[in-house]
Amino acid sequence: MTTGFPPLLWRRFPERYTLAGNKCETCGTSYFPARKVCPNCRRRGKLVDESMPRKGKIVSWTQCFVGPTGFEHETPYFVAIIELENKVRLLAQLVDSDEKKVKTGACVEKVFRKINDADKSGPIAYGYKFKIVG
Amino acid sequence: MRSVSIIGAGLTTFGEHWEKSFRELIAEAGIQAIQDAGVSGGQIEAIYGGAMASGRFIGQEHIGALIADQLGLNPIPSVRLEAACASGGVALRNAYLAVASGMYDIVAVGGVEKMTEVSTEDAGFALGGAGDQETELFMGATFPALYALLARAHMEEFGTTEEQMAAVAVKNHKNAVNNPFAQYRREITIEDVMKSGYVASPLKLLDCSPITDGAAAVIIASSDVAKKVCENPVEILASEQASDSLALSKRKSLTELDATKVAVKQAYERTGLKAKDIDFAEVHDCFTINEILATEDLGFFKKGEGGKAVEKGKTALGGEIPVNTSGGLKAKGHPVGATGVAQAIEAYWQLRGAADKRQVKDAEYGLTHNVGGSGATAVVNIYRRLEK
Repeated sequence: MTTGFPPLLWRRFPERYTLAGNKCETCGTSYFPARKVCPNCRRRGKLVDESMPRKGKIVSWTQCFVGPTGFEHETPYFVAIIELENKVRLLAQLVDSDEKKVKTGACVEKVFRKINDADKSGPIAYGYKFKIVG
Repeated sequence: MRSVSIIGAGLTTFGEHWEKSFRELIAEAGIQAIQDAGVSGGQIEAIYGGAMASGRFIGQEHIGALIADQLGLNPIPSVRLEAACASGGVALRNAYLAVASGMYDIVAVGGVEKMTEVSTEDAGFALGGAGDQETELFMGATFPALYALLARAHMEEFGTTEEQMAAVAVKNHKNAVNNPFAQYRREITIEDVMKSGYVASPLKLLDCSPITDGAAAVIIASSDVAKKVCENPVEILASEQASDSLALSKRKSLTELDATKVAVKQAYERTGLKAKDIDFAEVHDCFTINEILATEDLGFFKKGEGGKAVEKGKTALGGEIPVNTSGGLKAKGHPVGATGVAQAIEAYWQLRGAADKRQVKDAEYGLTHNVGGSGATAVVNIYRRLEK
């Protein structure tokens, strides 16, 4: 598994630690992860850095009973597509949440967690997960 | 653009081929296809091969050259194309374009995958390459999880049920009983699926296509040449492809695959056909929910009606629009790089009246639908019998 390769993790620190993305000032669309070109405006677009909001809601979810390498010991765990308050969608794990409260529309907030340590001899990957609030 | 037809097909059985290597599988399918076409190897001008993750599965890349070498077809140009689970479909489409353009008259197309030589975990990681590794697989998503997210969205928006998804698996297993090339030639029940245990809720083990070894090959030719060398060629009327975001979370909608809709719209426009003109379809049921999405996105049923349609038997053999008469990816098996080519072979056999007990009566127009990943690539082909 190559996801534990140090530069691959290091390059993504701003994104995975602080939800750093960007926004196109021409059309007003926010992007996470940051894009090099706005798909709506292409060369007319003007991308500026933007931090994503920490809160959002669940759009769809699943409970994984079979985990990939690095997640075997976490099963069963929840994975959701989350729509942040600025309409940006991302996929993340749900943690620290009452199972009964996991449903579409539930409000969630970003938390900072260990993602995996798939490569025993390499660095541990950290990043965002979400928990249900309210 | 010249008219292009399929003139020969070769298929290995799908399953766990412990006794055969990657190169043996591709040679077996390729040699059969050349013999079936009734052409000599020397008449073939180029090769287009599809393989998704041979590097991860068997440590072998440079598959184009390997195929040419194994078929004894050096020194003609040979290339491998990769579009995840749509690799075979993309290989066929590029071969079609090469013949349609007038560059070549006769071309070989292959698709192959050898998936059982690594552990299930390693196979899962290899297949994960079809999705967005950095932002979605990295976060703990698996391929069943991605399709489960689509399934949940469809259930909540349209009332699709787990039993309706199970009905897809039951139908496709029933069809596979009559396909001697299929991996699972046995019937299952709704109850079997419902009891098979969640992999990623709401998807259960028997909602998922298996890990499979296999190869498929077709020979295609300009229709002018096809009419001379072949008794009953099958014309490729259209081959269209579309792309969408690699990451599932970035899609416009979670209840449809936009790439499928774009590709099929172009295919219908190019042929002047409508969904109701299609007599049968092979669609990409990597997970049962995707057959439901496909039958809606291809226009056979209204959005949200796909679950009810399969439950009522509308997609069964003898139904309104038979879907996956071969057994589909679910029961025929899903050697990812071979799937798109194998779908074309089912269409070829159906349109030649050679599908035996799974024959669709009076089939005139067939459609195949091959998806890469969770819908970042879709290839849609339409075929018909070529009248001489």
